[in-house]
Amino acid sequence: MNSPQRSPDMLSKNADGIVWMFRSMERSENIARLIEAGLRIALTRSGEAPDEWRSILTTVGATDGFERHGSGEYTAAVVTNYLLRARTNPGSVMALIESARTNARTVRTAITQELWEATNECYMTMRDRLSRQVRSTELVHVLGEIRRQSALVRGALHGTMLRNDAFSFAQIGTYLERADNTARIIDMKYYVLLPSLSMVGSSLDNVQWDTILRSLSAQRGYHWLHPEGRAAFNIASFLILDDRFPRSLAFSVGRVQESLRWLEQAYGERHTAHDMADDLHRELAGATMEGIFDFGLHESLQRYLHLVGMLARQIEHDFRFRVA
Amino acid sequence: MVDRVPFDEMFGSSEDTPRPPYREYESWFREQDGNWIQRKSREAEQFFRTTGITFAVYGEDDAEERLIPFDVVPRILSASEWSRLTRGIEQRVRAINAFLHDIYHRQEILRAGRIPQRLIAENSAFLDQMIGFNPPGGVYTHILGVDLVRTGPDRFYALEDNARIPSGVSYMLENRETMMSMFPELFSRLRIREVSDYPQRLRRALEAAAPPACKGTPVIAVLTPGIHNSAYFEHAFLASQMGAQLVEGHDLRVEGGRVAMRTTRGYRPIDILYRRVDDEFLDPLTFRSDSVLGVPGIMDIYRAGGITIANAPGTGIADDKAIYSYMPDIVRFYTGERPLLENVPTYRCSEPDSLGYVLDHLDELVVKEVHGSGGYGMLVGPTASKRQISAFRKVLLADPANYIAQPTLSLSTVPTMTRDGLSPRHVDLRPFVLVSPGRVDITPGGLTRVALKKGSLVVNSSQGGGTKDSWVLDE
Repeated sequence: MNSPQRSPDMLSKNADGIVWMFRSMERSENIARLIEAGLRIALTRSGEAPDEWRSILTTVGATDGFERHGSGEYTAAVVTNYLLRARTNPGSVMALIESARTNARTVRTAITQELWEATNECYMTMRDRLSRQVRSTELVHVLGEIRRQSALVRGALHGTMLRNDAFSFAQIGTYLERADNTARIIDMKYYVLLPSLSMVGSSLDNVQWDTILRSLSAQRGYHWLHPEGRAAFNIASFLILDDRFPRSLAFSVGRVQESLRWLEQAYGERHTAHDMADDLHRELAGATMEGIFDFGLHESLQRYLHLVGMLARQIEHDFRFRVA
Repeated sequence: MVDRVPFDEMFGSSEDTPRPPYREYESWFREQDGNWIQRKSREAEQFFRTTGITFAVYGEDDAEERLIPFDVVPRILSASEWSRLTRGIEQRVRAINAFLHDIYHRQEILRAGRIPQRLIAENSAFLDQMIGFNPPGGVYTHILGVDLVRTGPDRFYALEDNARIPSGVSYMLENRETMMSMFPELFSRLRIREVSDYPQRLRRALEAAAPPACKGTPVIAVLTPGIHNSAYFEHAFLASQMGAQLVEGHDLRVEGGRVAMRTTRGYRPIDILYRRVDDEFLDPLTFRSDSVLGVPGIMDIYRAGGITIANAPGTGIADDKAIYSYMPDIVRFYTGERPLLENVPTYRCSEPDSLGYVLDHLDELVVKEVHGSGGYGMLVGPTASKRQISAFRKVLLADPANYIAQPTLSLSTVPTMTRDGLSPRHVDLRPFVLVSPGRVDITPGGLTRVALKKGSLVVNSSQGGGTKDSWVLDE
């Protein structure tokens, strides 16, 4: 981004709303990806894949709600319905898109007409498509539609918004959420990625790896950079540390840091959040997979999740999202 | 009065010869395929949904967002009709501001005995806090929406002076956008006066009344009750279009002798607050203490010259329905001129003779609550059932002073698209008036509301009304 110039003050409420608007959009898209990966696994196996659906629910933190409200059947039909549209699920794709749109209405004056309309159309389109249970034959189309609508919103953001503080907060929301979601997705399968001689090369392994790559739309990127094939070590490194991959932890944290730095220049103010983002980014830039495995993959991911969460809260505090 | 054939603005008294302002449009319309226009009509709905120009209807279970129906046939006024109208509106609006100044200062009009003292003294719209105070620039009603109805080629009546928080201007603007995108050729064929610069005009009018504490370019904010308010879209729309902040009460607080908003860099002062929150909610320290929509202490800052509040608190005393009946006197008193806009003859039910007359003629009259708005709690005698009338009679007798009554005017009609093609429907017109120090600025046209039900005279959106684009033709 160019160096900042003076622009009108931004209401804290709008910064807060924009962060959550883009967190919700990002998360809804990631849930759609997870479902696609789950369906893929179910296809490659005969019958349902209850463990797979269970782990997807765990990844998005929806297990408790699912067991309380659902029939408890871990089948594609039941789980996808819960994740996509169940009214009892406050984190469903539909609920997230509605929340993104509500936030967009709240911050209407801080975003462009095109961005608002793209968000509103995303909501209207998905509300129609998710108004009743999605038939299995339709599922792939609906999931594609979610990704497409999300892309249109992102396109409107990048194509029409001024590069100002509002844009920076949109980036911060997007990439905080992405860092969080990516870490959770890898963590869901951390045991698959742990170098374990007994598992290497087994077919189960391959399917699981494939799920992870697909959940993060990383198949093509990974294979492009690693033509030698799948290896736990390389996959983990690609998803966590490779900042050429736009869904990696390092890339996402880098974008948050970059946006914070932009705000630092524009506002002429440096906060604790800047230090935290710099520290986290430095840590990821200097990290090696050996070190991560030594510390424990799961433990490392949990640590990153914790730091990302802390950073998000610090940003809310430093930019006065709530009344002190 | 009602059984007269209403005046149709397109055809007048003729069957098929359009009146001059509609001539060009009518000939264009005849060239078009009727089905195509019907299709366009449905397209308009999608346009509005995408824009998000929706409203919530109070009192409905399903608080879903709804659209105000839009009719694709415009309402058209000629340049000369418009210039005559604007002279009347300007005169009335100047009188209203002079009246407000007087009523909060020397009260000459009361001393002169033109208005009964008790109408002011007992009126909850009169705010003691405004007594002796001069609002910045001397402006009370920065924004005003005068509701006009028409009964003949040259007969316009002012039905209501919305001097508090007139709404609907976003519909005026979006209706025009919609028409231009659906029927671009019409806009090259006819010379229609622009409305799209309204937000800039509004900004200029507000800036011209900046408070003494303002240094440099005024910071303007629109105060909204929030996202669930039925007019939220309009609040956001106007703020967006004029480059103002859209704030809620909890974004603001008094700091360092100013009203300030919470920004990502701390509290920053606001110079001008275009508030879309009623007087009583504006300041919990001064008015309703349970209000969370306002700013504690804002009235003190206001009185100290730290902020401009638009419209000024206490303007409701001028558009009160009980005061309405005195408007011709008010215009004469402050301008020394004959009122150019007519007032609808009004019976004040607080007066025993008038009440007697009203009770005897309920089936002919429109009876309204003095403080009501939005078409709620009113009786339209000619279309009401016997049961409705007798129920209303009891309500009226319980508190006569709360009501006024007016004869049912035979409102003009404009052809409107229905399933069976064009059909006349009753309309009114709300032009939007901006007041800045020494200047009255009226956007050409305004919002035409149309009663979509056949024969209905109620144009309110909450009661089945729709809107039309309103055109003022260039000379």
